Amino acid sequence: MFRVSANPVIDTVTKLVTVAIGMFAFVFVVMVPLYDVLCDALGINGKTSGQAYTAIQAGVDESREITIQFVATNNDGMPWEFRPSVTAMKVNPGASNDTVFLARNPLPKDMVAQAIPSVSPSRAAEYFHKTECFCFNNQPLEGGGSVEMPLQFIIDQDLPSDIRTITLSYTMFDITDMTNGAVAAR
Amino acid sequence: MCFEAKRLAKLALGPVLMLMSLVSTAALAAGEAVNEINMPRGVTEVGNNIFDLHMTIFWICVIIGVVVFGVMFYSIIYHRKSRGVTPSQFHESTKVEIAWTVVPFFILIGMAVPATSTLIEIYDVEDAEMDILITGYQWKWKYEYLSDDGENVSFFSNLRTSQGEIYNASDKGEHYLLEVDEPVVIPVDTKVRLLVTANDVIHAWWVPELAVKKDAIPGFINETWTLATEEGIYRGQCAELCGKDHGFMPIVVNVVSKEEYGQWLDTKKSEAAEIRDLMAQTFTMDELMDRGKAVYERNCLACHGGNGEGGVGTPIAGSAIATGQLGGHLEIGINGVPGTAMQAFGGQINDVEMAAVITYQRNAFGNNMGDMVQPIDVFNYKKG
Amino acid sequence: MGDHHHGPAKGLSRWLFTTNHKDIGTMYLWFSFAMFILGGAFAMIIRAELFQPGMQLVEPAFFNQMTTLHGLVMVFGAIMPSFVGLANWMIPMMIGAPDMALPRMNNWSFWILPPAFLLLASSLFMEGGAPAFGWTFYAPLSTTYAPPSVTYFIFSVHVLGLSSIMGSINIIATVMNMRAPGMTYMKMPLFVWTWLITAFLLVAVMPVLAGAVTMMLMDIHFGTSFFSAAGGGDPVLFQHIFWFFGHPEVYIIILPAFGVVSQIIPAFSRKPLFGYDSMVYATASIAFLSFIVWAHHMYTVGMPIAGELFFMYATMLIAVPTGVKVFNWITTMWRGALTFETPMLFSIGFLVLFTIGGFTGLMLSIAPADFQYHDSYFVVAHFHYVMVAGAVFSMTAAVYYWLPKWCGRMYNETMGKTHFWISFIGFNVTFFPQHFVGLAGMPRRIPDYALQFADFNMMSSIGAFIYGASQILFLYNVIATIVAGKPISDEKVWDGAEGLEWTVATPAPYHTFETPPKIDPTHAHS
Repeated sequence: MFRVSANPVIDTVTKLVTVAIGMFAFVFVVMVPLYDVLCDALGINGKTSGQAYTAIQAGVDESREITIQFVATNNDGMPWEFRPSVTAMKVNPGASNDTVFLARNPLPKDMVAQAIPSVSPSRAAEYFHKTECFCFNNQPLEGGGSVEMPLQFIIDQDLPSDIRTITLSYTMFDITDMTNGAVAAR
Repeated sequence: MCFEAKRLAKLALGPVLMLMSLVSTAALAAGEAVNEINMPRGVTEVGNNIFDLHMTIFWICVIIGVVVFGVMFYSIIYHRKSRGVTPSQFHESTKVEIAWTVVPFFILIGMAVPATSTLIEIYDVEDAEMDILITGYQWKWKYEYLSDDGENVSFFSNLRTSQGEIYNASDKGEHYLLEVDEPVVIPVDTKVRLLVTANDVIHAWWVPELAVKKDAIPGFINETWTLATEEGIYRGQCAELCGKDHGFMPIVVNVVSKEEYGQWLDTKKSEAAEIRDLMAQTFTMDELMDRGKAVYERNCLACHGGNGEGGVGTPIAGSAIATGQLGGHLEIGINGVPGTAMQAFGGQINDVEMAAVITYQRNAFGNNMGDMVQPIDVFNYKKG
Repeated sequence: MGDHHHGPAKGLSRWLFTTNHKDIGTMYLWFSFAMFILGGAFAMIIRAELFQPGMQLVEPAFFNQMTTLHGLVMVFGAIMPSFVGLANWMIPMMIGAPDMALPRMNNWSFWILPPAFLLLASSLFMEGGAPAFGWTFYAPLSTTYAPPSVTYFIFSVHVLGLSSIMGSINIIATVMNMRAPGMTYMKMPLFVWTWLITAFLLVAVMPVLAGAVTMMLMDIHFGTSFFSAAGGGDPVLFQHIFWFFGHPEVYIIILPAFGVVSQIIPAFSRKPLFGYDSMVYATASIAFLSFIVWAHHMYTVGMPIAGELFFMYATMLIAVPTGVKVFNWITTMWRGALTFETPMLFSIGFLVLFTIGGFTGLMLSIAPADFQYHDSYFVVAHFHYVMVAGAVFSMTAAVYYWLPKWCGRMYNETMGKTHFWISFIGFNVTFFPQHFVGLAGMPRRIPDYALQFADFNMMSSIGAFIYGASQILFLYNVIATIVAGKPISDEKVWDGAEGLEWTVATPAPYHTFETPPKIDPTHAHS
């Protein structure tokens, strides 16, 4: 071990202070990114990727049928009407599927929302590839306006064989104040 | 001055043994009556496995405790200075240290094996026959039965115990704090998938007799499942601190026969249809006030007071909103006040109830505005 | 420090500016006792409301402020500073050092505490009330839905974290660099070992708590979304970060208590501590393991099964070194010549009741069973057994044990034994029934409950009042001793006691070991 100071007490103290500062930095620089990376890579908190998936050429597995359920909820204080156009669909892994979610802003003022996805079971999230999703961006909506929000997805063929039902849930949050009405990619 | 610890140790032994036998009898008697001492065995296979695991670990701990404390009490009685003993000076033994490191390790492995298999069981959510979306709100639960045709039966479940009972103005009912206006109904012998989320802060859905507990996290969905093998009514509570009424948002699960469940579901669907019909109706002032008072007590009273005097919420008696423009009043009732505890009730009560409660607020508490709000007014306001 | 004809300064400035480890230790101890009374007062309000079903005394929102402040004050204001005070008083004497390594930083470590707690307590009078989100302050209840006082709460936590970090750095620097020549690490009293290890834990994890509350501050005031799903964050991230601090924190609370008991039991058994080396390794193992078990507080958040299993196995493993310590203490007593003065009574009480708390901890570690225990009174019972009958009993034993050395007067033994028995009975009447109501389905942090929980709650409240009252007896005994106790001047107050502190005069002189003592190379540790 190298010495920082000739005085043994100062030496100990300096090293310990460094550890303390290091542990504080550890929280921001290691713990948070590590959590995000692990969740992203392993999908273990049920969040799907925030980026569009580039589909690769692969066959469709017709032998398996997966039931996809769609759930739409509003978070606290979010007054929009928000619902899936279909509540469930049966898909084959590898196939590209489309659906839309419907939203309406009943208030007289313009608003901006953000849909946050969550997949159940959470380990299915890394196999749930979205080639297009309204959750990639903010959703602005003028007062009284309605919109059809598209979702296009592929279930990976490598989805574990014991998963037969996947629920994709979106929670809609009001982020009008956070974005000042501007449209911004996430 | 010699404090008669030996005598007292013997005296303490009596009650301790009594307590132990009490626990074991209670454990054996568990199941039928409301158990005050032990975890319920419950009505699911998972619950039974958890109960058995719990009791096994409990008895292992009791046995280890009896042995270990036995040795200690022996020492306390026989190795006392007052008996004239000379203290030994032995102070280490590697063999003994290894022994009492390794033996507990193997006991733990013995516990870990059944624990692992029970956990694997709990995590197997596949092949459920139905799904219920459970959303925790401050301070109630919402249940939505997911169906394939999009016509989800959905309702809120509020505490039904009256403020009078809580504040000791009237006698407490048998199911004090464990009763709701709309219980969850599920069919017996059916695997039900439970999707759990929250609207605001973290809550947790817990029903001991189903052995289900899952955190409800805003923006995320958790899943678990249950398969009840006996019909009955099972009561639970929120199990994560969520604000002031955390203790006042219970859960009631009604497990019924598959037939009864089918009937209940049909009833719920036709009730929804009825509400749609009622929406077109015109009500009298008395009808609105009656219905409005009930809605007020269920949804508004906790924050706005029984006489509209306010509390956590602003007063309604004589308020500018309740005696001002109807549009402003509807706006707040339907869309809430973002950034405050006033939620958007438009999504929680139907238009008939909204019309009634707004009417009630504008005419009760001395406000006497004289105006009536009909369901179609609410519907039109929402449409914009 | 060379010449010392002067005694301590006089008056208030003595206490404000002292750099003497004994003075600072004394201040920590009195401060922590005052916090114990404050936290106890909050507990009395809680138990008074829970005496019967129905809301009788307070509103639910205020009740949540009481449970929150009770936890914060007890953990950060009572237990932790009390053991720091003990460390200040005893560590220099135990290792033959004249004072702590950084005496002026020592003064600062103490003096920032009273303002921090004043700030926290004053939040009760702020608009929106005090924090009411539990001492574990999960987001978003503690961020988006928090009262305005949360900002002061965060500031308060930063300050007391700073105090702990400074204190721990001081302890490590002292123990590593100022032991008397000949006192090798494996000759140090176990109390010094447990504090050394605890201090490392503190330096490692208090900054993590600081990080967590800083992130809260940023979410609340600076538009970040660490814990908010709306902005891409995750409330569960908060729990991971908090418990990464929180679990080592509970070992921080208990390890010094282990150290105290390891000094007292050999003294009153008139026999050396059994398995000294094992005790050191067991303590170190517990400290190491404490870093990898945090998510056993989070079994119900929806972790993947691999995570649940890992944390379950790691947590169960901690039972092994903990068991080793319990066996070693009992074997210390075996074939000793036991007497049962008050310090020994509290230590034996610790041994029995902490072990029971350890058993319920083992039960809690079993993840599937925890689905029924989590957030119920079973957990409340568990942690009060280990923290009150564990840490607080140990601290009480320490006061009775070392008070004569501190003030040169003997406490009243009959009153001490009475205090023990009333505490023991009161404690068990309070917390044993909580196992039952928890198993029967009563959640924690609720101000009112269903009727089937009524009988045991009434019992628990009665026990709490008894336990609370007995602390008044303790206070009286301590003050009466200091003011008018029977003077005692034997260096070795207790005939079985070993250690350098028992070689200095009684009461201990203001400055001790200005010249390092000679350590007998043949004599083992104390």
